[in-house]
Amino acid sequence: MNHHYKFILRLADNGLINSQRLTEWTGHGPFLEEDLALTNIALDILGRSKMLLEHAAKLSGLENVSEDTLAYFRNEREFLNTKLVEQPNGDYAQTIVKQVMVDYFDLLHYTELCKSSDEVLAGIAAKTVKEVTYHYRHTSSWVTRFGLGTEESNQRAQAALNELWRFSGELFFTDETEKFAEENGIGVNINASKDKWTKTITTLFEEANLKIPADAFMQDGGKNGLHTEHLGYLLAEMQSLAKAHPEAKW
Amino acid sequence: MSDTQGPMWEVFLQKKAGQPFVHCGNLHAFDKEMALQNARDLYTRRMEGTAIWVVKSEHIVASSPEDQGAFFEPANDKIFRHPTFYQVPDIIKHM
Repeated sequence: MNHHYKFILRLADNGLINSQRLTEWTGHGPFLEEDLALTNIALDILGRSKMLLEHAAKLSGLENVSEDTLAYFRNEREFLNTKLVEQPNGDYAQTIVKQVMVDYFDLLHYTELCKSSDEVLAGIAAKTVKEVTYHYRHTSSWVTRFGLGTEESNQRAQAALNELWRFSGELFFTDETEKFAEENGIGVNINASKDKWTKTITTLFEEANLKIPADAFMQDGGKNGLHTEHLGYLLAEMQSLAKAHPEAKW
Repeated sequence: MSDTQGPMWEVFLQKKAGQPFVHCGNLHAFDKEMALQNARDLYTRRMEGTAIWVVKSEHIVASSPEDQGAFFEPANDKIFRHPTFYQVPDIIKHM
């Protein structure tokens, strides 16, 4: 698997799995308006991932690889998303705590990727920055509401943060693929954004009366195909239709 | 339902700068920021507007159907209030 392909596939998978997880809220949101807002966000992310998968399929250098075969006919170990995005939705506070961390990371990352030497990626990034700026505004305002709302909403948001914080470090995981991308101007040094991410996210949580767990052991592995037990079930649902009707067109 | 979905807000959209804000519907939200975001998500997904006003429905003062007679019917027989008793020159457009 060439590094350029793998780099794009990581971006695509992170969005695809994030989006699939969020769409589980469709029709089940806390109230109608928020249900629509979150599914709207999920749809933005899916649109971005579709373009990235299309691009990845071309970079794969393989015959018969398309965005659909990548999405529907790969197994768990072949998905390169971070563990954070595959985590279950839990209650709405848990979904929001997860999403705000993803949104702010994406905002910083895609802002930098607008300068990518990969013109397709740069174009997708420019579109993404506008979308994710809004996503972050939406999810961060919910963090503040949960944190400063009632005792129960604060406790639920705190429980979510305790559960999910250990997955945040993987967003900044780098290896030879990321280094190759950086050296060739395709990607960027994502660790250069880590301080800004940590500072902003810490401030957001602290101002909402939420405490970031100290000494969390940071999980990784997702970006190389090692996932938590939750991804398999998500894929089973996402891929079932395509696997039952492999020749179907839509 | 207001306890689980928040109070009602009225939404006004402006199509382009300079044009009037037009009422387009309502929504539920718990605070101003949520009302603005919900309005964006519910009413501007298809480029319907470029600016939004939201106002809590309780702040709208409305006439009631019983007022109709006293409020509006007196205008019925006062056709002289319409500017139709003089000729508009052809070169004047948009009257």
